[in-house]
Amino acid sequence: MSLNRIIGLFLRHFFLIKSSLPRILDLIYWPTIQIILWGFISKFFTTYSDYYNNTVGVILTCAILYDFLFRSSISFNMLFLEEIWSRNFTNLFIAPMRISEIITALVATALIRTLIGLIPAILITSPLFGISILNLGIPLFFLFLSLYIFGITLGLFVSSGLLRYGPAFENIAWSSLFLLAPLGCIYYPIEILPEFFQDIARGLPLVYIFEEARSILVNQVVNYSNIKNAFILNIIYLIIGITLFYYSFSQARKKGSLINIGE
Amino acid sequence: MQKSVIVENLSKNYFNKEAVKEISFSINENEILGLLGPNGCGKTTTIAMMLGLLKPTNGRVIIHGLDIEKNRISLLHKMNFISPYIELPKKLTVKENLIVYGKLYGVKFISERIKYLSEKLRLEEFINKKTGELSSGQKNRVSLAKALINEPSILFLDEPTASLDPETGDFVRSFIEKVSKEKNMSILLASHNMDEVKRLCKNVLMMNNGEIIDKGAPDNLIEKHGKKNLEEVFLKLNRNKNELK
Repeated sequence: MSLNRIIGLFLRHFFLIKSSLPRILDLIYWPTIQIILWGFISKFFTTYSDYYNNTVGVILTCAILYDFLFRSSISFNMLFLEEIWSRNFTNLFIAPMRISEIITALVATALIRTLIGLIPAILITSPLFGISILNLGIPLFFLFLSLYIFGITLGLFVSSGLLRYGPAFENIAWSSLFLLAPLGCIYYPIEILPEFFQDIARGLPLVYIFEEARSILVNQVVNYSNIKNAFILNIIYLIIGITLFYYSFSQARKKGSLINIGE
Repeated sequence: MQKSVIVENLSKNYFNKEAVKEISFSINENEILGLLGPNGCGKTTTIAMMLGLLKPTNGRVIIHGLDIEKNRISLLHKMNFISPYIELPKKLTVKENLIVYGKLYGVKFISERIKYLSEKLRLEEFINKKTGELSSGQKNRVSLAKALINEPSILFLDEPTASLDPETGDFVRSFIEKVSKEKNMSILLASHNMDEVKRLCKNVLMMNNGEIIDKGAPDNLIEKHGKKNLEEVFLKLNRNKNELK
């Protein structure tokens, strides 16, 4: 054993971490988010221990819905990242493709990827746990659609960062959704959040989507105003996401990041 | 002779650094123009601006009479690019990659085009192999096939024979020579291989530090500078420039 070689390899990673703020933030980010998320979940169960009584599968249904959101966003980002990893990025941008065509192709492909991952998960919940997400009925379609729109909107935000900043933005791609998980009120009502966070959370479509899912499963009440609010917010964020993507492309052309993004 | 490409006072500044300084040149139809210069002299930046990948700080690039900045998408249909620094997706087979790019460039008869390119570039034996499994010579021919999939009238070649063995290098050079004549193509060839440039190019631009420091036919340049070959001209010009700096 050579201490020098051990130190050498340690330094190789240490230099990498210390020179990259995104890497340092990434190390801090995951434990912080986990603690916040599970803190709110614990608080909810301590305060409202009988909330989910007689309602089997609310948590599992919300988990599947959240996973759908996660997969749609990650699928969108992955398509973009794969072009960077395979050093094919420049080839794409010298092909006569409009930005609108790129976005449409990614949206369609991300949907296929998401469904490939989701359908088996839905199918196994019934025989394993006796639960079917289809119990949500017709509103399920609107919930999925709303989650998908929000998922690809997040994908657009992250891809805009990748376009502008290159692979250094990759960690954000993975962590963007976990940042929203505590605020999205996936497993608990919005009231469980401190007031300041409640104001922020109301600006996210997730709160209305998961509130609606719980309303149907716990109270058997369909509240279309939740679905409407989610769609209005989704449209606003989608427009911002598309605008940002165009802006990032224009900035990437100015700064030269389209040339060496795969290198 | 019709000019396919006109570059006028093209500049690119990154923050305070001038990567390309007001360069002007043109490429005629059926001409292979060489672009020579040391690493970091602005060759790739120039090509990127000509391809619309990079927005110039000043100046413009006119292709077939149209400004690339205003007609990027329509002009990209007529252009293509090959560089050792960009690759095709490794997990896709050669044929799949060519189909994808055939679609992206709106090629009408993709199967026929792929068949034609496979024959000309000797791709048949590995057309169904994953691109990542190919040797560098085979990959290079596949990249060339991708660059020709849309029958471009303007082709940008950035070190097209870098890292190739002499036999494959010669095959690629002969192919470029042949196809440019047959298809009346305009080609900008950036290369560090002086013999290749002398063999293929009617005219050469010598770049250093973002500027064109000399230009002309290879033989004229050799004669003008009183040297034996293009490599000596290149060394003389760049050493002079670096000493002046």
